[in-house]
Amino acid sequence: MRIALAAAVVALVPAAVAPPAHAFCGFFVGKADASLFNEASQVMMVRDGDKTTITMLNDYKGELTDFALVVPVPVVLKRDDIRVADKKIFDRIDAYSAPRLAEYYDANPCDRREYALRRAEAVPSPGKSAGGREKALGVEVEARYTVGEYDIVILSASQSDGLETWLTENGYKIPAGASRALRPYIQQNMKFFVARVNLKEQAKTGFSYLRPLQFRFESARFMLPIRLGMINAQGPQDLIVYVLSRQGRVESTNYRTVKLPANMELPTWLKQKGEFTRFYKAMFDQQAKRENHRVVFTEYFWDMAWCDPCAADPLSVAELREAGVTWVADDGRRRGSGAQPVVLTRLHIRYTRETFPEDLVFHETKDRANFQTRYVLRHPWRGGLLQCLDSLGTYQRYRESVAAREERAAQVLANLTGWSIDEIRRRQGR
Amino acid sequence: MQMAKSAAAATAETFAPPTAAAVPVSVRASPLVRAARGFVAAFRRLDARVFQIVFLGSLLLFGALLRDFALQWEQVVLTFAAGLATQAFWIKALGLKKVGFLSAFVTCLGTSILVRADSLWVHPLLASLAMSSKFTIRIRGKHLYNPANLAVILAIAVVPGAWASPGQWGSDVLIGLWFVCLGVTVTTSAKRLDIAWAFLGSYTALLAARMLILGQSEMVLIHQLGNGALLLFTFFMISDPMTTPNRRPLRLAYAFLVAAFAFVWQFHLFQPNGPVWALFLLTPLVPLIDWLWPGQKHSWRPSTRPINVLS
Repeated sequence: MRIALAAAVVALVPAAVAPPAHAFCGFFVGKADASLFNEASQVMMVRDGDKTTITMLNDYKGELTDFALVVPVPVVLKRDDIRVADKKIFDRIDAYSAPRLAEYYDANPCDRREYALRRAEAVPSPGKSAGGREKALGVEVEARYTVGEYDIVILSASQSDGLETWLTENGYKIPAGASRALRPYIQQNMKFFVARVNLKEQAKTGFSYLRPLQFRFESARFMLPIRLGMINAQGPQDLIVYVLSRQGRVESTNYRTVKLPANMELPTWLKQKGEFTRFYKAMFDQQAKRENHRVVFTEYFWDMAWCDPCAADPLSVAELREAGVTWVADDGRRRGSGAQPVVLTRLHIRYTRETFPEDLVFHETKDRANFQTRYVLRHPWRGGLLQCLDSLGTYQRYRESVAAREERAAQVLANLTGWSIDEIRRRQGR
Repeated sequence: MQMAKSAAAATAETFAPPTAAAVPVSVRASPLVRAARGFVAAFRRLDARVFQIVFLGSLLLFGALLRDFALQWEQVVLTFAAGLATQAFWIKALGLKKVGFLSAFVTCLGTSILVRADSLWVHPLLASLAMSSKFTIRIRGKHLYNPANLAVILAIAVVPGAWASPGQWGSDVLIGLWFVCLGVTVTTSAKRLDIAWAFLGSYTALLAARMLILGQSEMVLIHQLGNGALLLFTFFMISDPMTTPNRRPLRLAYAFLVAAFAFVWQFHLFQPNGPVWALFLLTPLVPLIDWLWPGQKHSWRPSTRPINVLS
């Protein structure tokens, strides 16, 4: 049954389901008037014991000279701990884990067979400084590297004002209020990973975009610093975190983690172009508001060895290693194509400055119950009465059951999205 | 550690009707006032664990219905079946006469609320182990571990497919206050309000100090204190009178120690479930403290008769 279901799936992975990513969870710095607001970020985390690899999708759209990124990290990163990653890895992991529609067609109700399953096409996924001055400011440049198109410095600081001044003096335009946000990290003796674009190197790469930055470190801390990114934020921000781990589902320890409502039957007109995307955005919006922007939503949790239905193939060994998973080749447990001892948790957070006062802290549970945001469309049998002449009663009962389930689907949709039930019924009637 | 008869003595609960609390009833009082006074008197005579059961039961319902606890009703049923059966087994095996099932209810509720599992066997197994620990892991006439605490630790550290979700309650301050109010009722009845407040006070002080040193906004502190898991721990786990020192000053010191340990665990070792681990790891100190500085053991039911006559 599982295989049959997988084959019957329409994987709709619209680009806009994952909201457009503009920012990291550190902060970008634009021109002084910075019309840049952090609206969404995509981050990939690989966690194995105390080892963490973080990859940040860079969807920066402004002038390259204005690009800057500041991320607090627990330790001084070495040159080998930093690299640029292939942007495709985000498209792949997004496609694999994105919310999906599963579509079924009713068979002739007068036939004995239950349902015929039809295969449908998958829609592709979218997818410089002076030494003495530093001392005076209490800032120490621990290391300097050029990695790909980025110039990176690792800083430690003893005063937040000093750090702010240093960054400003060195041409990083920090949003107002930065020192207040930097202070907690300095007090915790964290270091700062600061990156900007090296234009010469960028030209050499031949890419028209900035590649994701990836870095790894060893620390018991299993967290994402989101507070810095809130300095220049207005209203709620979206963050999608993909966590690849060995054992089980990852959840937040300091915020409530809930699963999005899923696996319900919805009206079949959602199949029309763009409608599923519109539905998912409205549904997420509605759920986030209901929870007052105080929760972490689980969008997907699955053992990477398989999927059902597969919106896209599981990541290959090469792709997992690109993401920073080191253990797949180590123990050689390759169980056929794509089968890996890796589990993926996809978390989607819509947060505000007020509702997420602390950085996100995670832990890995031993939960291995797969979950996906999957929605079901069931098309009624379109045959006419003539094809059912021998059993009129059966046909009649079937029509009634279809009407009842369509009404249920309409109500579910209205409840999930807050859309008007009348409007939904009208579209259903068409 | 000791077993059998001494265990019987230690878990003995008096089931004879306790002496009525002295609530003077005025001769001229109206029937309504008399009824109210009678109700209050009856209320005070109730075993504190009855409040606990009512409160934990409503928490379980709240969590299952409103907080998406990922708890299956079969898990709850099996937990109770296993927990109560284990209690019955030990009562029979040890020939205990005056031991009831209230504690078993409390433990089964606690296990259901705090432990998460993706299978059906984990909850009943933990409930059985936790209940059995009350009869087998005993020192100087007291059971060592708070059963729910032991169940959570086994879930986190030992049993496959089990975990605890410290974030599952969210951080709604209003809910937090609600917890405190109801929790106070329970601990007041259990006469161990002191340890709950001492723990909460110490832990809050440590969190506040951290907030000030880091220069964080007060929202961080409010967020941390609003966590349901912390309040549940305060009023239902550390406040267990059977697994804390008998003497008050030592109880307060012990509460501070647990708070400090939990704080270090959480914010310096960066591990989750700080309070639960702190209590578990420091519990062995309790019999040592009681041995060095003996005090009167707690009795669940308010009674004028001397307690511990059998131990």
